[in-house]
Amino acid sequence: MKNLKLFLIAGLAGTAMTADAKLNVVATTADFGALAQAVGGDFVNVTVLAKPTEDPHFVDAKPSYIVKLNRADVLIEGGAELESGWLPPLLDGTRNTKLAFGQPGRVRAAEGLALLEVPTELDRSKGDLHAMGNPHYMTDPENARHVAKHIAEGFSAVDPAHTAAFEQNLQGWLKQLDAKEAVWQKQLTPFAGTRVAAVHNSWPYFARRFGLKMDLFLEPKPGIPPSPAQLVTVIEAMKRDVTKVIVVEPYQNRRTAEAVAAATGARIVDFAQYPGGLKGTDGDYLALLDKLVSSLAATLSAK
Amino acid sequence: MYRRLFWAIAFSAAAALAHAENVPADNTLSNALKEINNLKLRTEQLEKQVREQNTAAPAPLVSSGRAYMNAGFDVLVNGGWSTTPDVATIQSGDHDPSQRGFSLRNAELSLDGAVDPFFKAFANLVFKMSPDEETELELEEAYAQSTALPGNLQLRAGRYFTEFGRQNNQHPHAWAFVDQPLVMNRLFGSDGLRQNGLRLSWLAPTPWYTEVLCGVYNGQGGDAFSFRNPGDADTNGITRLYGHATTPRDLRGVGDLLYVPRLTSSFDLTDEQTLVLGASAAFGPNDTGPDARTQIYGVDGYWKWKPANAGAGWPFVALQTELFYRDFQAAADSGANLPEEQLRDWGCYAQALWGFTRGWVAGLRGDYVTGNAGASANGNAQRGEAERISPNVTYYFSEFAKLRLQYNYTHYSESTDEQAVWTQLEFMIGAHAAHKF
Repeated sequence: MKNLKLFLIAGLAGTAMTADAKLNVVATTADFGALAQAVGGDFVNVTVLAKPTEDPHFVDAKPSYIVKLNRADVLIEGGAELESGWLPPLLDGTRNTKLAFGQPGRVRAAEGLALLEVPTELDRSKGDLHAMGNPHYMTDPENARHVAKHIAEGFSAVDPAHTAAFEQNLQGWLKQLDAKEAVWQKQLTPFAGTRVAAVHNSWPYFARRFGLKMDLFLEPKPGIPPSPAQLVTVIEAMKRDVTKVIVVEPYQNRRTAEAVAAATGARIVDFAQYPGGLKGTDGDYLALLDKLVSSLAATLSAK
Repeated sequence: MYRRLFWAIAFSAAAALAHAENVPADNTLSNALKEINNLKLRTEQLEKQVREQNTAAPAPLVSSGRAYMNAGFDVLVNGGWSTTPDVATIQSGDHDPSQRGFSLRNAELSLDGAVDPFFKAFANLVFKMSPDEETELELEEAYAQSTALPGNLQLRAGRYFTEFGRQNNQHPHAWAFVDQPLVMNRLFGSDGLRQNGLRLSWLAPTPWYTEVLCGVYNGQGGDAFSFRNPGDADTNGITRLYGHATTPRDLRGVGDLLYVPRLTSSFDLTDEQTLVLGASAAFGPNDTGPDARTQIYGVDGYWKWKPANAGAGWPFVALQTELFYRDFQAAADSGANLPEEQLRDWGCYAQALWGFTRGWVAGLRGDYVTGNAGASANGNAQRGEAERISPNVTYYFSEFAKLRLQYNYTHYSESTDEQAVWTQLEFMIGAHAAHKF
């Protein structure tokens, strides 16, 4: 009898412990990871699969990721085919029904967002198109707002006990974002309509939000490496337009961009879509955008 | 939608005008015009948004998540030349080049999708053209895999390449070389160890990845080459394997099934280096006698380095090796005057790939296979020692097309050395099957 009581107490303590345990959250990329940490605070353990410096289209489906997904309570994925080359084989081996479609633990960040550049026809002669639209949507703070809300909803559905905390964290983060965004707008307003070149078409959302023109790419078509002919075209366009900046991400070929910069007198600005992709931005979406906006504004205003 | 928008604008304009009537006369008109202009801009903006939202009209089948089934079609075209005109003697893999000049040995239609909340299904239909221009169609794989079993278990059932080692369950387009390793040809026959059956897999609760698999199969026919495979008929119509006469038979009990257990683990050595290790075995009867059995054992290793700032998957270095051992217990064949004997074969291959700059991969593979001397001269001719060295280079136009150039130098203990140069073009349309690590 006494043993039974002890057993019950131990059992109850066990249940209480699981209620207190942190949610295991796996995010495919570091932008979702940063938002998950901001919203989840002390009640989540966040693991990010893709390294912030690597090409998010081509991540290796390492077996260790299967283990992480197997033990996850929540998966946050882009949901716009950015991870279609590596997430499906991982999920095939995951055996975690909490992450099945329709479960609250499966957060598809893009849900409900209006994506840009949805192709009207799918044709791979146009390069590597994404059927659902351009998947690099997190570079627009407005989209990040929606995603943060999705994440909070997901967390609350999986862990209702901490709904209030998630909501409070969310509101706090949104407030910070509002304040920051006003500053970013101010920093970039003087350059409205200015053209900025890029290697890959990763920045249409950022450009739209901040009134820039980021429509000139070193890649002739999405996912196709820069050809000499394309570089000549780009160089001519940059000279005509007096384009002063080429943004380069950590995994992109910097030497090609440097050659174009040398030929046009433009400068290279280090850009990254993922917190941690630039020094000092690890796990912090706001710090990343801070850095993007300030370095871009500084270089654009330099003589 | 547009009509509602129009009325909303008309109303606001009317309201603006009505409101304007109450303010001093000199500003009325210009204010109203300004208001109308603002509304016009706003309408245009909204219309643009509506247009953007309505343009999504994706084609069916090819987009993941928007169709019930993904379909892809992948073709490998080989072209080249070998020192021997009898290409089949040096390239015995079913998807290897089959003749001098051009050959097409793998045009593969792959289908996959979720069956229901409990299963996913995969299928591969392969078209192969023989040297005499006949097209063979083969149901290479068709299986369902569970998605909702408890206890970290997963069940697979149907027909598929068994999970023995690393390369056996990869499709030819995922191989790093034009042809399959010599040791696999010898132990698994021309088209891999591929069977009807089922397997249960368990993901162990270790901190690192550990998967335990156990498969049960019929172990029958040419795709279970070392097991219940009658082999080829001789001039008298008697089927033989390694000289020993065979008697095809049905299953007598569960002991006659083919069992394929496997254990595999993976470790991230650093952020940029991953190691996968595995050990496999296959146990089952063979057709040389009622109690004749075969055992195959294998170990495999794969190591890959890819830097943290890799672009499009480059650069990288990958090493892969597999080692196999087979014990084929052949029953006595009094007709051919062959005693009961143990035919032991072993072999390995090791390959290194270096993705040195975006799109380009240089590869080098070494192959070795040998067997002990048996009582049958015919069998010994098939089980002699062979060594092959194969350098190659591959260029990837995109994820969907590649061109490969490979040189093979093969030394045979039982015949003259042979050389070959092969090119291989791969192109793929439709859904891109994501690669496992």
